[in-house]
Amino acid sequence: METLKLTIDNKQVEVPKGTTINKAAKQLGIEIPTLCYMELHDLNIENNPAGCRICVVEVEKRRNLAPSCATRCEEGMVVKTHTTRVLNARRTVMEFILSDHPKDCLICAKSGNCDLQAMAHQLGIREIPGQEIAAMSTYKKDTSPSIIRNQDKCILCRRCEMMCNTVQTVGALSAVNRGFMATVAPAFEQNLEYSTCTYCGQCVAVCPTGALTEVDNTPDVLRALADPTKTVIVQTAPAVRAALGELFGMEPGTLVTGKMVTALRALGFDYVFDTDFAADLTIMEEGTELLDRLTRHLKGDKTARLPILTSCCPGWVNFFEEYFPDLKDVPSTSKSPQQMFGAIAKTYFADKIKVNRKDLVVVSIMPCLAKKYECQREEFSLDGNRDVDFSISTRELAAFIKQANIDLNNLEEGEFDAPLGESTGAGVIFGTTGGVIEAAVRTAYEVHTGKKLPKVDFNELRGLEGVRSATIDFDGLPINIGIAHGLGNARKLLNDVRSGKSKFHAIEVMACPGGCIGGGGQPLHHGNSEIIKARAAAIYAEDKKKPLRKSHENPFIIKLYEEFLGKPNSEKAHHLLHTKYFDKKKKIIVKQ
Amino acid sequence: MSSIKIELRQEDVNKIKEICTSFNNDPQELINVLHKCQEHFGYLPAEVQEVISNELVVPVAKIYGVVTFYSFFTMTPKGKHPVSICMGTACYVRGAEKVLDEFKKELGLQVGQTTNDGKFSLSSLRCVGACGLAPVVMVGDKTYGRVAPDDVRNILKEYEEGK
Ligand code: SF4
Ligand code: SF4
Ligand code: SF4
Ligand code: FES
Repeated sequence: METLKLTIDNKQVEVPKGTTINKAAKQLGIEIPTLCYMELHDLNIENNPAGCRICVVEVEKRRNLAPSCATRCEEGMVVKTHTTRVLNARRTVMEFILSDHPKDCLICAKSGNCDLQAMAHQLGIREIPGQEIAAMSTYKKDTSPSIIRNQDKCILCRRCEMMCNTVQTVGALSAVNRGFMATVAPAFEQNLEYSTCTYCGQCVAVCPTGALTEVDNTPDVLRALADPTKTVIVQTAPAVRAALGELFGMEPGTLVTGKMVTALRALGFDYVFDTDFAADLTIMEEGTELLDRLTRHLKGDKTARLPILTSCCPGWVNFFEEYFPDLKDVPSTSKSPQQMFGAIAKTYFADKIKVNRKDLVVVSIMPCLAKKYECQREEFSLDGNRDVDFSISTRELAAFIKQANIDLNNLEEGEFDAPLGESTGAGVIFGTTGGVIEAAVRTAYEVHTGKKLPKVDFNELRGLEGVRSATIDFDGLPINIGIAHGLGNARKLLNDVRSGKSKFHAIEVMACPGGCIGGGGQPLHHGNSEIIKARAAAIYAEDKKKPLRKSHENPFIIKLYEEFLGKPNSEKAHHLLHTKYFDKKKKIIVKQ
Repeated sequence: MSSIKIELRQEDVNKIKEICTSFNNDPQELINVLHKCQEHFGYLPAEVQEVISNELVVPVAKIYGVVTFYSFFTMTPKGKHPVSICMGTACYVRGAEKVLDEFKKELGLQVGQTTNDGKFSLSSLRCVGACGLAPVVMVGDKTYGRVAPDDVRNILKEYEEGK
């Protein structure tokens, strides 16, 4: 590797060619502040539009200050990172940004977690000159089912655009206009709802300010809890327990399952259930579908399309409805665990406790923003009553717990309620990339071969590589499995399916990098993949601890089929637990 | 999710496709494709951008971003009598901005806009090469030289109904 030497703040450093001044400084332990810059190591992605100019430094023999995040080192360069000229420039830049930024930190969702606020603080800004004369530009506020866009708070770092275009390949957002009207917006500045957005929430996860936030549904939940005529039940997705602790000062990867249950009970939920139960149910339905399609395919039935694609991620469902509507009969028809839970809760469970579905409120705690949109889909309600009434994110739950003055750290470990709170290890691993397909394999293998699995862990399906594949031996029958997380990676596999090149029998897709543990509703990880890895490890640890680790062994699932559903893929199961997909691609209509 | 229906005539769709093909449907040629389309249609309505997006496989948000970034692209149709004011150096120093301001005031328009009745639109041009006549104004194909703010009303009068 070619290297070069330079001097930063009177210290010599040797770096590979192509290194930026900012990174070279880091090597010396010198932190140059950045704002718009962001790096996602494991995705190999860098956002450096060099837009904010907070990171400027002095380079000897250059007239202008240079943005250190985007300027490459040169042999013999002499750099000064914190001269008075630099400090002055940073302050001016910050004052300029703040002069056109609302000052409502008091009620801003990002307050305390906002990069802009932190930077203003770090630079000691106490006054904003020119504030009285300069009128602030204003932009319409846009509320979609999942995401609120408040572009007045946009600092044009373009991280969201990078996420949406480069990582997710959705392309719903782009920088538009110039001057004071410049912002990031969907095409024709329409609301997000009318764009190609999948509601994956990855833009929200990287936005440094309060410009992009989730729709806050905690007031709805609070209202339901306060209503004595309502029975309010809650389900918690697997990825939540592996991340919630971070918002209470715990190390990433700390499992807080039991404490979370106790907190939810303290908040007043009548029953605390687990989405993992519904994940086990998903495996029963999806696994049966896989085996059915596979057997028919092997018998030469041309109508049995392979590969089968998982359908438990609503961000992913939105994506293929928009971009691959021609393949809409390829994914499994099984609903997501969130919606399966809702459907069972409002029928089987409502009957059991003799409560009318209208008086039963189902709340879900999700790592996800797409779930907010999903539970509002028309096909998931009956006479206007939703199967899942409200979905709140991990971040919203943490805020809710704090509001109620509950200290998660000091809670006893609680247990989920029966019957919808019992789950196997297979349900737990749904929270991470590779987990859904591993859970499916555990069950499909045993059902198909009639034999016990020699080993429950499938390490070949685990990891954080964006696209992975493995062949699993079903007792002489090789099953090819593909896995993708992040929609850009999913697109690659889908293009192969479209062109008939795909060799896979089954493909798992999750919209968010890392799977749900990296979901758009999780505690912000600021691009640090060590946090994602710690959450994944926590999920696998919880799976290991479980006495039962295969969905079809869950006694409450067995009972649910005996008492209520009959067999997997039965008519009743189809009616309650399966769905259909729609062609959402924009049509160009030709006038005659 | 996208629910907007788009309407275009078949010949328009064909024309856009033809323009895209002439640039090998290369996304790198987006700006050139937009130029050609604007030349043909006079402006770049949402519908046209949607078809280009399909042909070049570039997200329509990106295309809209480009269209709104460069001032020579417009999404509003030109008026029956497009008014353009040269903003080249010669015209500028001889007071073109005051002339432009007068047109803005008279027509109640900003640069890039069209009157509600579709009659006049207002745009600014880079040097048209008639510096000897500065400041220069064009209405349709007709050129006016040495225009002063006071002339604006008379110029517009020429295009009143019936003339
Ligand atoms: S939610 Fe996902 S798809 Fe929608 S704008 Fe954000 S990154 Fe793009
Ligand atoms: S919306 Fe947020 S992420 Fe996007 S450019 Fe603005 S500040 Fe950056
Ligand atoms: S990967 Fe998980 S968190 Fe992300 S959109 Fe899909 S279901 Fe939601
Ligand atoms: S961080 Fe370098 S220009 Fe914004």
